[in-house]
Amino acid sequence: MTTSATSIVVSRSLSARGRDWRGLAFQALLLFSLLLALSVLAVLITDVFTRGWPILQERGADFLTSPLSTRPAAAGIGQGIMGTVLIAIFTALFAFPIGVMTAVYLEEYAVDNRLTRLITVNIRNLAGVPSVVYGLLGLAVFVPLMAGLMGGTGRNVVTASITLSVLVLPIVIITASEALRAVPQTLREGGYGVGASRWDVTRRLVLPAAGPGILTGTVLSLSRALGETAPLVVIGASATFFSTGNQSFLESLFGSFTALPMIVFGWSTRPQDEFRALTAAAIVALLVVTLFANAVAILLRNKYERTW
Amino acid sequence: MTAATTTSGSEPPLRLVGDAGRRRRERAFHYVFLGSALTSILITAFIMYTVLFEAIDFLTKIDLGRLIADGWFPRRGQFDILTVLVGSVMVAGIAMVVAIPIGLGAAVYLSEYAGPRARKVLKPVVEILAGIPSVVLGFFALTFINPRLVQVIFDDAAGFNLMAAGIGVGILIIPLVASISEDALRAVPTSLREASYGLGARRITTTLRVVFPAAVSGIVAAAVIAMSRAIGETMVVAIAAGGTGGSLRTFDPLGPGQTITAAMAALATGSDQVRGDDGAFESLFFLGLLLFALTFLLNVVGEQFVRRTRQAY
Repeated sequence: MTTSATSIVVSRSLSARGRDWRGLAFQALLLFSLLLALSVLAVLITDVFTRGWPILQERGADFLTSPLSTRPAAAGIGQGIMGTVLIAIFTALFAFPIGVMTAVYLEEYAVDNRLTRLITVNIRNLAGVPSVVYGLLGLAVFVPLMAGLMGGTGRNVVTASITLSVLVLPIVIITASEALRAVPQTLREGGYGVGASRWDVTRRLVLPAAGPGILTGTVLSLSRALGETAPLVVIGASATFFSTGNQSFLESLFGSFTALPMIVFGWSTRPQDEFRALTAAAIVALLVVTLFANAVAILLRNKYERTW
Repeated sequence: MTAATTTSGSEPPLRLVGDAGRRRRERAFHYVFLGSALTSILITAFIMYTVLFEAIDFLTKIDLGRLIADGWFPRRGQFDILTVLVGSVMVAGIAMVVAIPIGLGAAVYLSEYAGPRARKVLKPVVEILAGIPSVVLGFFALTFINPRLVQVIFDDAAGFNLMAAGIGVGILIIPLVASISEDALRAVPTSLREASYGLGARRITTTLRVVFPAAVSGIVAAAVIAMSRAIGETMVVAIAAGGTGGSLRTFDPLGPGQTITAAMAALATGSDQVRGDDGAFESLFFLGLLLFALTFLLNVVGEQFVRRTRQAY
C-alpha cells in the first residue's frame, strides 16, 4: 500500500508542469509571518520613539537627570537610571560567579549520578518559573533579611539585585554550560596528557576557550534582568517621588529605590496625557539600555563563534 | 589518586597525583563548585517554602467560602479563584492564537526556506524582539494595539481589555515559539529531506509531510512552554487589562479583567498598605502558589515533549 501511494506521489510530482503555485503561496505565507513579526518590532520602536522624542528633545539632560515627580513638567528618570545601573552592577556581581561556578561543576566536575541529575532538572525548572514568583521570594525572604541586617524597610537596590540575580541564575548557568560543552574534549585531554590537574585544565584551557560564549550568555541574561519589572513591583520598588537629596552612596544603596522599568510601569498607569509622552521617553531610555546589551551579546557571539 | 597505587611495589616513575597541597587544592575547588551548584536547590526550596507556607496561612485565615464569589476583590474579602483563572486562560489563549501561527511560520521559513545569508540577518532580529522588556509591550498594548487595532475591529471594546493584553502577550512569546520550533525542525536529519526530494517531492510536500511530522513533538513542546510563559506574564496584563481595583468574574475578552499575575501585581503595588487581618496580603502568596503549580505542570509536560524529539534521532 505504501509503495503504491509513494509511486503515485512520485509520478505526479515528476509529471507536474509549469509553476508550483501552491508551493509559492506557502512560501509567501511563511515569509509573511516572519515579516509580520519583524514589522511589529519596527512599529513598536517607531511608535515609542515618535511619542517620546519631543520630550527628549525639549528637556534632554534635564529629563535624564531629574528625580521622580507627580508634576509632568518636572518629572525625570535620573533616579531610575541610577537604580538600573546599580542593579546591573550588583546583579552581575551576584549571578556571574555562582552561575559560572555551577556550570563548571556540572560540565567539568560532576559525575552522572542522582544528585547531578537533580541539580540539572532543578535548574531547567527554575528557568521556567514566572518572574513574579521570584518577586514573592524576594518579598518573603530577602526583604526581611535585608531589613534585619541593614535596618530600614529592606526594599532597596541590593534586595532587588539579589532577587534579579536569582531570577537570571538559571539562564547564566544554562548558557555557560553550553559554552563549556562546546569546548572539544581533545583540548582537555591535551592538558591532562601533560600532567595538568582538573583545576589547571579548567582554568588554563577550558575557561579561556569558553570565555566569549560565557560572556555572551551573561550579557544576555543581564539585559533580561534590567527589563524585568514584576519582581520589582512585588518587592516594593518606588514609582512615586522619594527624596535622594544629600544621601551618601551607602544610604542610596539601602534606601528607597526605583529603576527604569518600574518608572515605565508607574507612569503608564497614570491617566494624564502628559505622562503618556513621558512614559514613551522613559521607554526609549530603557530600550537603549536593553537593546544595546542584546546587540553587544549577539555581535560578540557572531564574532567569536567558532566551530572546533 | 589511584595512579600511585596501581604500580604497587615499585616506585612510579612520576608522581602524577602531585603533592598533598595540590590534592588539597583540587578537592577544595571541587567542593566550592559543588557548593554553588547546590545554591540552585536551595533557591527552589526557598520558593516552595515561601509560596506553600504563606498560602496555607492564607487558607487558614479566611473563610474558605470566600474563594467562590462574584469576583476578585481582595480588599473586600472576595477571593474568587475562577475570576483570575478564567482571565489567565483567556489571555493565554488569545496570546497563543497570535503567537503560534506567526512564530511557527517564521520558524519554518528560517529552517526550511531561508538561505544561510538571509538566516544570518533575520534570526538576530527575531532575537531582538525577544529582548523587548514586557513592560514596554504593556504600554504598547495599552496605547497602540488597543486603540489602533482592537477598538477598530470591535467597536464596543473597552479602554482596558483582555484582548489587547492577550495580543501583547502573544507578541512577547513569538520569539519563544519561533526559537523552540526552529530547533525542533533543524533537528530533523537532512537525510529525511533528501529521501523525500529523491522521490520527486517538492519543498512544500517535504516540509508538510516529512519534516513537520518528524518535528511535531518539538512543536508541541514550543506550544506548551509558550502557554506556560503566557500564563506567567505579568506586566502586559497589569498595564493593559485594567484589573487594578479587582474585577468581576467575566468571560468577555473585550472588557477589563483580571489574571493571576495581574492580581498579584495589583496587590503588590500597595503591599505596604494592605497588611491587615482580612487576608488580602496573604492572598498574594496564594496566587503565587496557584501560578507556580500551573506553570510547573505545563513546563514538565513541555519538557517531556522536548525529550521525545531528542530521543527520536
